[in-house]
Amino acid sequence: MLKNFVNKRDLPVFLGFIAIVLLAPIIMAPLGAGYPDLLQKFAIFGIFAIGFNILFGLTGYLSFGHAAFLGVGSYTAVWTFKLLTVNVVPAIFLSTLMGGLFALLIGVISLRRSGIYFSILTLAFAQMAYNLAYSVLTPITNGETGLQLTLNDSRVIDNMFREVSKTSLPSTDFFGLSMSGFSGFYFCAVVLIICFYISLRIFRSPFGVMLKAVKSNQERMSYTGLNTRPYTLAAFVISGMFAGLAGGLMAVTDPLAGAERMQWTVGGEVVLMTILGGAGTLIGPVLGAVTIKYFENIFSSLNDSILNSFFSFMPEPMQHVFTAVAGLFVGEGWHLTLGALFVVIVVFLPGGLMEGIGRIGKLFRRGGDDGDKKEPAAKFATPAE
Amino acid sequence: MDVILLQLLNGLDKGGAYALIALGLTLTFGTLGIVNFAHGALFMLGAFCAVTLKSLLNLQMVVLDPIKKTAWGTPLEIKTPYVEKWFGEFGSVLLEYSVPLSILLAIPIMLLIGVAIERGLIKHFYKRPHADQILVTFGLAIVMQEIVKSIFGANPIPQPAPEIFAGSADVGAWFGMNAGAVVYPWWRMVYLGFSAIIIAGVFSFLQFTTFGMVVRAGMADRETVGLMGIDIDRRFTIVFGLAAIVAGMAGVMYTPILSPDYHMGMDFLVLSFVVVVVGGMGSLPGAVAAGFLLGILQSFASLNEVKNIFPGIDQIIIYLVAVVTLLVRPRGLMGRKGVMES
Repeated sequence: MLKNFVNKRDLPVFLGFIAIVLLAPIIMAPLGAGYPDLLQKFAIFGIFAIGFNILFGLTGYLSFGHAAFLGVGSYTAVWTFKLLTVNVVPAIFLSTLMGGLFALLIGVISLRRSGIYFSILTLAFAQMAYNLAYSVLTPITNGETGLQLTLNDSRVIDNMFREVSKTSLPSTDFFGLSMSGFSGFYFCAVVLIICFYISLRIFRSPFGVMLKAVKSNQERMSYTGLNTRPYTLAAFVISGMFAGLAGGLMAVTDPLAGAERMQWTVGGEVVLMTILGGAGTLIGPVLGAVTIKYFENIFSSLNDSILNSFFSFMPEPMQHVFTAVAGLFVGEGWHLTLGALFVVIVVFLPGGLMEGIGRIGKLFRRGGDDGDKKEPAAKFATPAE
Repeated sequence: MDVILLQLLNGLDKGGAYALIALGLTLTFGTLGIVNFAHGALFMLGAFCAVTLKSLLNLQMVVLDPIKKTAWGTPLEIKTPYVEKWFGEFGSVLLEYSVPLSILLAIPIMLLIGVAIERGLIKHFYKRPHADQILVTFGLAIVMQEIVKSIFGANPIPQPAPEIFAGSADVGAWFGMNAGAVVYPWWRMVYLGFSAIIIAGVFSFLQFTTFGMVVRAGMADRETVGLMGIDIDRRFTIVFGLAAIVAGMAGVMYTPILSPDYHMGMDFLVLSFVVVVVGGMGSLPGAVAAGFLLGILQSFASLNEVKNIFPGIDQIIIYLVAVVTLLVRPRGLMGRKGVMES
């Protein structure tokens, strides 16, 4: 039965992924990241990046507009909480659906062009969505304040089936299980595993192979008589749905949606995550998302006094110099680290962290005798070209 | 009539900024074939050249007044900037004109930064796909903007224009309309004139000098020019420096209109990419025309009469124009055949 479920070669990867995700609170605890807030972020941005990777990693179409779908998903989820129920199931279904719908709309238009023009078109659409959410669409988006739950929300379904408190704001739940703390994380984790599975199946399917063919040479694909548009559009819509789902999950863990989620720099962030981890690889995007979110939280919480104690083993003048230099890169300035890291990655490791891991792995294997035997595994670890 | 004239003028100065940035973007794209997402950051760096010069000129000597006291009972501090102390009257003039003077500072600095970026980083990306170029320059832009943020802080730093340009011109009166019907700030007019001069300068440099001729030949057919024994790479490096200078000067002069902060580059970058695409990738006149066109369209869209018919149009007009242009005229307004057609 398992054979139909996952390809035999991918089984260890998939099982390993499940184990790591479910044990994440224990694994990440020594690194200072074992608390549910951050773990949730890992999972949500992991989903976002997995979806983006289905578009960028497989077809090579670089979209700067995915933040729009994220925002749409968030707004949809919060509206579902407000109008229907605070149960999260309808919310995440609807936000996925809306993300997909928006992606269909934008994709049909944007995919008429490719290359840089496609990037600009998606960027233009994302900026339009962001500007409109801030201005005319204020009745729907609540403008700068952001959309949030209030006491007089109608919540039709909740009112039918259970007592609704009139004095305190409801919290989101999954059939009674509150979506805060570790239960919230495990909900996101299960969704992440499902998404990873879907992406795995897409990568190994004929559809995925077709997308890779589009990436390597679209012209040749057209010459063979294939219309590539439906394939790329499908990829775009799927990745839009993933983004909508991620946005919905953000609202699940914190029922608040703001327009800043739609800004193109957020779309830029998911690009960074995917590239950092390794575009076109299975695990890369999740790895990239975790790395960036981890450093965002850890680096931005460091300050000069912590650095000072960190460098305290040095003689005092050196300690000050090191603190001053390192201080530029942490705390408020952690974006500088991110930008610099990103430049270094693009220049030296175009395949992202996964390529780095692959290279290190090869290095070790070269020492052993069974180098040739494990070659296929190494190929799998490097990005699919 | 007066409303139309006013919006036209309002659009022109913004259009001037778009055109200058788009001109630089197109230059780098046409010569080096690089899609430079760090160009907006260069504009921002130029603006901060003005901030730097002003704070340098404003270094003050503080003397405690022996007799006078402030309301709190502490001795009154008399602050005199060093330039005023050393140069007297001339020092005050220097202070007054710090923004235009910053151009003199910006030119060498931007040239240096531009050449350093090209030689140090972008050189290695000629043969890589456009996506990689976008990504690496995007990372570079983040780095530059964060460095500026760590030095100058996150808040906008206002830069006053020189006193004579501080007021507004009653443009309407010149054309025989009622006084006060069309009022336009002097500095914006200066900016408009300035951008026209720079644009004319760049065009005549490319058109009438030998260097410019070689560059144009290189844009048309790089390989052949290289085969003729001309070191085209070196020229293109200088062109990148030139583009950086243009962006930097545009930034310097824009500071009295918009107080510079560290992310102004990103805001302008997105818009100027749209401008380049509308004008046609690789077409210099197209970039300039589209810059002014979009600036004017944007200011007309923010008219109340227009906004009442299409709510929110002022927020999205530029992007809307870009989308329509890209779909209807794939090459942009004046794009050359064979450049980035896909």
